Amino acid sequence: MRSAPAHRLRDSGRLPRALHPIAWWIWAIGLVLAVNRTTNPLLLILTLAVLAFVIANRRTDAPWARAFKYYLWLGLFVIVLRIVFQSVFSQGAEAGDHVLFTLPRISTPKWYAGVQIGGPVTLEATLTAAVDGLRLATMLCCIGAANALANPKRALRVLPGALYELGMAVVVSITLAPQLIESVQRVARARRLRAGRRKGWRVLRSIATPVLADALERSLMLAAAMDSRGYGRTGPATTASRRLTGALMLLGMVGLCAGCYGLLGNGAPRFLGLPAILAGAVLCCGGLALGGRRVKRTNYRPDPWRAPEWVVAGCGVATAVMLYLSTGDDASALNPSFYPLRFPPLPALPMIAILIAGVAAVAAPPPPKPRRLAPSQAGAPSRISEPVTAPKVPA
Amino acid sequence: MISFDRVSVTYTGASAPVLRDVSLRVEEGELCLVVGGTGAGKSTLLGAINGLVPHFTGGTIGGRVTVDGRDTATHPPRELADVVGVVTQDPLAGFVTDTVEEELAYGMEQLAIAPEVMRKRVEETLDLLSLAELRDRPLHEISGGQQQRVAIGAVLTAHPRVLVLDEPTSALDPTAAEEVLATITRLVHDLGLTVVLAEHRLERVVQYADTVVYLAGDGTVADGPPAEMFTRTTVAPPVVELGRLAGWDPLPLSVRDARRRAPELHDRLNGGGPAPAPPPQGETLLRGRGVLVRYGEIVAVRGVDIDLRAGEVTALMGRNGSGKSSLMWALQGSGRRQAGSVEVDGRDPKALSASDARSLVGLVPQTPSDLLYLNSVDAELAQADSESEQSESAPARELLDRLAPGVRGELDPRDLSEGQRLSLVLAIQLRAAPRVMLLDEPTRGLDYQAKHELKEIVEMLAADGHAIVIATHDVEFVATACHRVVVMAEGDVVADGPTPEIVRSSPAFAPQVAKILAPLPYLTVAEVECALAARAAR
Repeated sequence: MRSAPAHRLRDSGRLPRALHPIAWWIWAIGLVLAVNRTTNPLLLILTLAVLAFVIANRRTDAPWARAFKYYLWLGLFVIVLRIVFQSVFSQGAEAGDHVLFTLPRISTPKWYAGVQIGGPVTLEATLTAAVDGLRLATMLCCIGAANALANPKRALRVLPGALYELGMAVVVSITLAPQLIESVQRVARARRLRAGRRKGWRVLRSIATPVLADALERSLMLAAAMDSRGYGRTGPATTASRRLTGALMLLGMVGLCAGCYGLLGNGAPRFLGLPAILAGAVLCCGGLALGGRRVKRTNYRPDPWRAPEWVVAGCGVATAVMLYLSTGDDASALNPSFYPLRFPPLPALPMIAILIAGVAAVAAPPPPKPRRLAPSQAGAPSRISEPVTAPKVPA
Repeated sequence: MISFDRVSVTYTGASAPVLRDVSLRVEEGELCLVVGGTGAGKSTLLGAINGLVPHFTGGTIGGRVTVDGRDTATHPPRELADVVGVVTQDPLAGFVTDTVEEELAYGMEQLAIAPEVMRKRVEETLDLLSLAELRDRPLHEISGGQQQRVAIGAVLTAHPRVLVLDEPTSALDPTAAEEVLATITRLVHDLGLTVVLAEHRLERVVQYADTVVYLAGDGTVADGPPAEMFTRTTVAPPVVELGRLAGWDPLPLSVRDARRRAPELHDRLNGGGPAPAPPPQGETLLRGRGVLVRYGEIVAVRGVDIDLRAGEVTALMGRNGSGKSSLMWALQGSGRRQAGSVEVDGRDPKALSASDARSLVGLVPQTPSDLLYLNSVDAELAQADSESEQSESAPARELLDRLAPGVRGELDPRDLSEGQRLSLVLAIQLRAAPRVMLLDEPTRGLDYQAKHELKEIVEMLAADGHAIVIATHDVEFVATACHRVVVMAEGDVVADGPTPEIVRSSPAFAPQVAKILAPLPYLTVAEVECALAARAAR
């Protein structure tokens, strides 16, 4: 009790615990915004390296944490797709371009003259396309990193009260999906007992009917259980307040969309950017607060927001802000052109900005280790003799 | 604590009310046992306590139900969540989150209880129900008994004053059921909770009850102290039936009570035993040797040898996960079998096509409704006839009428009672004329009446020369219906022999009558009745 607050903060920061999911999301979105400002392949690869470093240091063993590699594959797919499209819908070659190979040109009808199919594929165009794809892939990986680092269920719990029902529906469906699969397996297996030898529609029906009936029954039981346990206890909500909430949310969303377009789209008018996003955010917050007033519930063991959360979220924001500020000074270094072909430069300020995001790997507390079974339980027959799921499925 | 004042419930489309003019009171701190046959309205009565009936189920309710002074007409279930906790038959179906600890907290989150209080109550409940070691295990990985304890803990954290349990042990094996019932009685004693409990297998709970509410089946309800109520109920555990037979008053409710009265009955029985039933000497229909089933690293059945003879009813017992289902599926030929041989009529069902295999060995799975997909009983029967045209068995309708007379053809199979649905699936499987019939946990969810009917069906099939295997946890059913018991543990057969021999020597499997009359070798009330009648005639 007598220790100084700063001292206590530092101590608790080092204990293994899960970082607040919102902190990871702010960090990741900051990186997305930063990546959006550059097509410099060196900076993009540096960003990927930073992501990999942070994930390697701070992810848990949970199933969602192992999903990052799927985002990498998705990224690769995006790059390949971008190159293929670039090659097929070739823009032709200028004098002095390095032509790699030439695809046979397909003549398009006159009314479709804007687009050419086939033609020479140049190294410059391919590189530009690859870097463009790499930028998109990196943004995807940023989102993937947030998913790998933050428990998605805990992230949904932070949703404001007004969106609670939505989050609950998602959580319940995630939980129920494996049961549905188990049900399908069970029924498919049981079908052999009746020697259903028909094909096509009949087979589908003989599996779908019991499975759906089962699922419906389960849903009803779950709904009854949730109702009995107090789900959806609501305070009074008048029609007027519901309408006001709806209007606020709608306007707010319009504002947010316009603002995003203004900020991210390079050709959009300046006034659309920050002011619209701010106005939209204020309106949305108002709507959510109003809608959330009628929902009364609490969170069990809420994730605390302490110094490490500030640092991680701050890193993300700092990276984004620094890349935005350096756009004016260093436009050609951030978005190097491959016409003429040359090695891209590595601008100092953006590089430092991206490295700052890597601080999260050290600033975040280490993730909690999965609890080991007590020695008395490790070899207990209850675990071996009663694997409730496995032996029931002699598929 | 709970009061029903002239309550009637009629479901939409039903011709008669399920409950009619029910008036009863349950006082604070009582354990109230609700007794009645299937369809007598037990679930309706329990659902009415927290307002699920009619707020969730529909239907009309007359009269007034109040719990802790709150009228359920104006309070939907969610507004009663802090007073009434509900636990159902299938704990997994009611879980909202996916780990033990979060599940315990879920109800409190909905009630907006302060985080510090929640943390404290979760820790207390983990200790109270001995769940501390499981706190962050996923809910679907723990055993059935543990799941049911979590379900009880999850409603207890909201500190309700009433706990409503609708057949909490019917999906559990005897050991897990004991564990859950012990927990429930401890809660009644330690926390002064009011508990309303419905349970099929009365023999496990009747001794703990303070009052019994009996639903006669025509919508009327009677309540009173257990010893008094059981003199007139149609459903009763064996200990009570033995008491009735011997004319004991007041009726004994526990094996301990009955044993103290037993010497008198010993004298009347003259120390003799029942006439030993001649062991069935049919030909061997199925011969399994070294049957091995494994799923990855888990060995479910380790090299089991088993012979099934015509006219013999075999009970397959053992705790959940001991390999009973896997063995049945392997014998039928549809399940996995990595090694060993199964021979029926000189052929291996696994090597045959599905329709040939089912004409050798029939299997009714744990969830019989998995086999039903048409929208009327008639359609299912017609389908069964067309599936097995080449077999010389009687038409499916005729089979069904022998098993369960009077099932209306236009009904949807899902609207049948558990017992009728089981008979329907059994008829469909018998249509292929297999001589070996395997039933995977058919007694689950059946009341005394339905179990009695099942026993008669099984006797009839055995008399027809079928070999029958029944996987079950129900000791009393085994004592009345089976000739032979095979006990499995961890994939091995640990005991195999005639029912009286196996069942009497085991403390866990002994039926109540055997416990009361030991060392006399009686297993069922019917045997005692026969013996008494024979003595009287002499």
